[in-house]
Amino acid sequence: MSILIKNGRVIDPANKINAVMDVLIQNNKISKVAENINFSADTLIDARNKIVAPGIVDMHVHLREPGREDKETVASATAAAAKGGVTTVLAMPNTNPAMDCVESLELLKEIISKSAKINVLTCGTITKERLGKELSDISGLKQSGACAISDDGCSVDNDVLMLDALKKAKLNKLLTICHSEDKKISGKGVINLGFNSTRLGLRGIPNASEYKRIQRDIELADKSGAAVHIAHVSCRESVEIIAQAKKKGIKVTCETAPHYFSLTQDALLEYDTNMKMNPPLRSKEDLAAIKQGLKDGIIDVIASDHAPHTENEKDIEFERAEFGVVGLETELSVSITELINKQILDWPELIRKFCLNPARILGLERGNLTVGRWADVVIIADQQAWVPNKQNLISKSKNSPFLGRSLNGQVDYTICNGAIVYQR
Amino acid sequence: MSWTKKDLLGLEYLTQEEIELILDTAESFKEVSTREIKKVPALRGKTAVNLFYEPSTRTRVSFEVAAKRLSADVINIASETSSVKKGETLIDTGKNIQALKADIIIMRHNCSGAANMLARALDISVVNAGDGWHEHPTQALLDIFTLKEKLGKIKGLNVAIVGDIAHSRVARSNIWGLTKLGANVTLCAPEMLLPVGIELTGAKTSSNIDDVLKNADAVNVLRMQFERDEDAAFPEQLDYFKKFGITEERLAKAKKGIVVMHPGPINRGIEMSSGIATEKTR
Repeated sequence: MSILIKNGRVIDPANKINAVMDVLIQNNKISKVAENINFSADTLIDARNKIVAPGIVDMHVHLREPGREDKETVASATAAAAKGGVTTVLAMPNTNPAMDCVESLELLKEIISKSAKINVLTCGTITKERLGKELSDISGLKQSGACAISDDGCSVDNDVLMLDALKKAKLNKLLTICHSEDKKISGKGVINLGFNSTRLGLRGIPNASEYKRIQRDIELADKSGAAVHIAHVSCRESVEIIAQAKKKGIKVTCETAPHYFSLTQDALLEYDTNMKMNPPLRSKEDLAAIKQGLKDGIIDVIASDHAPHTENEKDIEFERAEFGVVGLETELSVSITELINKQILDWPELIRKFCLNPARILGLERGNLTVGRWADVVIIADQQAWVPNKQNLISKSKNSPFLGRSLNGQVDYTICNGAIVYQR
Repeated sequence: MSWTKKDLLGLEYLTQEEIELILDTAESFKEVSTREIKKVPALRGKTAVNLFYEPSTRTRVSFEVAAKRLSADVINIASETSSVKKGETLIDTGKNIQALKADIIIMRHNCSGAANMLARALDISVVNAGDGWHEHPTQALLDIFTLKEKLGKIKGLNVAIVGDIAHSRVARSNIWGLTKLGANVTLCAPEMLLPVGIELTGAKTSSNIDDVLKNADAVNVLRMQFERDEDAAFPEQLDYFKKFGITEERLAKAKKGIVVMHPGPINRGIEMSSGIATEKTR
């Protein structure tokens, strides 16, 4: 099996490539990246005027399986991922059962081996049932193949337990992903605290619930020497705190999600539950700080925080609706529209945040087009306009904040491990 | 001008002209209630459904009386005795009512934004009879109507709103309505009961009731909703009365002719003294 991709603009920051070139895939691996490759391949793809880049590594995805197959399954999420140009996802462990022991992880791995259309990496929980009371079997999870631990959706409130977790993670060479939120501060809040929460009569979530917990997580990372990755950074103070920690040499990385650099709390004035997520959409100033953080390299990664929910859980009273939005199929388009087209990032920088950086943080040999590596490649019609709607999104759940909004950039082909897994 | 909106969800969403149109129309209907035969055919052949998800006496009865005097057919649904108890969603309930060819749903709901959501899902009119902490537009319209009757105008009036602004839909609707009509609104409450950014509505804030009363042409005293929100910080009841309660002594030092209002139900001895609550005019 061979695929030759001709005349695309190849963006591969790992190899400092940003030029019109051909990419040859043979035996599922990248075999050559050069100008004018002459090869009689089984499949020839004309990528003239297209972007050719490594497949996206999305390190924050809720697959919902096992437990909530009504929201999403490994099969449906990975199909949606392929459509969005994503070739590797890290599955968040807040499933039912939670990924807190080897047995559960093995169950998930079996589902993945049967139904995943792209690479699915597993993440264990930090604590049993994510209750923040007792540590999970961290070394067992590592041996079973987990490449990170996280209590995503919850933060481990107990400092001593979190420090212990970080030490164990370090010993097992595991990344710890922090959902940094002090729920004593966010309370029953449902949107960002500010004039909008006041005029809408909804309980507010202050920035402090996020950045104070990030501050703590960074202190514990420093103390333990372990690497931490801060999930879904949404506000200005968080970016500042992480910038300072990086300057000090603390092993901290972070991600943001497309909705935090494209939407503000003003999107909530109609009580649209598809705009409800945690952390919440913040102010214009916070959005500007997220964009600046991406530009300055403080924010390493863009991840979707793909969080599918059924209509039954979203088409209800705002404060009763679930937190979270889907994002696998829109993350690239939103980033092209908001970051590339508004000159916040150039293509190599964007591909770093989508591919190279998350791969490095997770210790993967992916996110690049290096010869000899697994061929994860995405071909992008970077200015092809489209409007997401409930019909053209293929994820099982349709709770996207971008329904009805015009976006630029569509994926033409997604190639994962040398096989075409999506074609527009 | 004429009315063009499908729904009445809040005073934030109305223009000054629309609010004035409602007030002027109400004035002509007020006389109906003084007639021997209290009925006009304005809504004859229309069906109004009172859909109440929260206990209410005043608001529900007011709507029922108003609709009946305008000749509408009125149906009352209380959530305790309806299919809501069986887990039906709000939108499904609304669509069923719409399928019965009702014309107006008047809804009280404990969740902010519930009326907005219902209005978006339905083609028929939705009137918000109070949603969470968000808005209670008809209460504010009534308050403004009363003020205009007592003082002749709204523009330029100094109106104080005292009490739990943070958890009050009545306060929010009054603030929007009064500021749109050109009144100067001052909110007076302990800091913990003033919500973030409220001054962006155009209202001023103060924590000194005596100062506020010196200049106020009217004061709207809100109910302290101690029963509503278990997780919110509230002042001690007696301490609140001491610092913010409307008493005979305070009113003696207030601006002459001040109009004192309360949307009810009153906590006597907490937000106002029993004597003031009983007194009709000063």
